[in-house]
Amino acid sequence: MTDIAIVSYAQAPMVRDAGCANEVELIMPVINEALQACGLARTDIDFVCSGSADYLQGAPFAFVAGVDALGAFPPIKESHVEMDAAWALYECYLKMLAGDIDSALIYGFGKSSPGNLPEVLSLQLDPYYLQPLCPDSVSLAALQARAMLDAGRCTREQMNEVVINSRRQAQKNPRAQLRKPVSQEQLQAEVDWIAPLKKSDCCPISDGASALVICRESQAREMGLPYARVVGMDHRIESHMLGFRDLTDSPSARNAAKSAGLHNNIEAAELHAPFSHQEILLRQSLGLSENVDINPSGGALAGNVMMAAGLDRIGSMAAAILRGDYKFGLAHATSGPCLQQNLVTILEAA
Amino acid sequence: MSSNPNESAGPVTMMQAPLYLQYRFTAGTSSLSFLHAIKRGRLIGRRCPGCESVYIPCRGSCARCGVATCDNIELTDEGVIDKFTVVHIPIPNNPIKPPFVVAHIRLNGADNAFHHLIGEVDNDKVKLGMKVKAVWRPESEWDYGLDNIRYFKPLGGEHD
Ligand SMILES: [Zn+2]
Repeated sequence: MTDIAIVSYAQAPMVRDAGCANEVELIMPVINEALQACGLARTDIDFVCSGSADYLQGAPFAFVAGVDALGAFPPIKESHVEMDAAWALYECYLKMLAGDIDSALIYGFGKSSPGNLPEVLSLQLDPYYLQPLCPDSVSLAALQARAMLDAGRCTREQMNEVVINSRRQAQKNPRAQLRKPVSQEQLQAEVDWIAPLKKSDCCPISDGASALVICRESQAREMGLPYARVVGMDHRIESHMLGFRDLTDSPSARNAAKSAGLHNNIEAAELHAPFSHQEILLRQSLGLSENVDINPSGGALAGNVMMAAGLDRIGSMAAAILRGDYKFGLAHATSGPCLQQNLVTILEAA
Repeated sequence: MSSNPNESAGPVTMMQAPLYLQYRFTAGTSSLSFLHAIKRGRLIGRRCPGCESVYIPCRGSCARCGVATCDNIELTDEGVIDKFTVVHIPIPNNPIKPPFVVAHIRLNGADNAFHHLIGEVDNDKVKLGMKVKAVWRPESEWDYGLDNIRYFKPLGGEHD
């Protein structure tokens, strides 16, 4: 148990193409919204950390230009991770635990529309053996889905159920990108895209940005702010080499969840599963019961802003707890091909 | 011969793995108003609603205040030399022959400066604070860029 409180979360609507908005224009509204919602001034924030990747939009040092959105005067303490902003939150979490800081602003942004995202993501693969082959992210996920189906770890119908649930949940989320309900019959009739995946099994490509604010519980109470308490956070990594892994299991997610404080009273889980079979894989690896409400926000299948979607899982779960929907929640973030890296956050109502 | 064939082949010091990615890059909403204006030979900046600073070219925010810039402000093509340096090193494929002066120009009414070249003056006569004016290319050559201005020259009578 920590004394770290999530007091604010803001998310821009997830869209297929944010038009000509640059990184500053994407980030600034969510930062201002997150700060205004909790009433902390910029000068009250001890540390700012962001997550983004310049390869997405094809603009070198966009992550530096993004700092223009912060009003970094007088000078601020600031850091960046070339990862999903869930890992930027993790950096802040560690600094809070170490006593370096007492509050932090975290933001993530992604503008994938200018490039070909599945190809851009091949840049994250090992540079000697895999990246020269340029395998796209959807094809690698399809290998994993095939392994799951062949091993009997999931069925086609179960994958469809994941999509149906995502669309059903997303209807409550005005910022979701894909909200149109689908039926088992419609999904069965859909043609394969990259077999065995159909388009509906894959997250959409999204542009957007999100921001989140944390501080000490004592400060949140003093200011009279509602908050969700961070029970624990941890992240673990699978081998870089896909051939060394059992693609049908996620020991890293399991170990991270255990270390973060996973318990049997979890009522809801936001799982960062960009592909339908990965939600099933994560539910199994984490041992979540049938009663756990999965992805009340709609999850990544309803909108997946690269470098913000993991933070969105944590922010969405915190927001659901703040609304009083749940007392205990789990949020999961992933990065890399086929759920290579997994970060788990356990949250609870204050 | 070594018993290890890899050893006899020597170390691999380089491997080529070319990758080509294509992007449909976008400059940003506020950059767009600057680019459309300069195509027509006009200079458009933006004002911060908080501290009233005017930025040209503008990327959409006041980096000092962290708020979105608002009104478009038209500026003249006259300003002052904020900083400058004399470049002595030739740049490959650059038609400009050294030594030449690169300066930070702050347009009148602007609170930031941008890079440009200085012309029609001896390099050793360039001074900080010198008043300068843009020398434009012919209108037929105008495109979406600051190089529609060929260089800035001292305003008459300002240099000795
Ligand atoms: Zn300002």
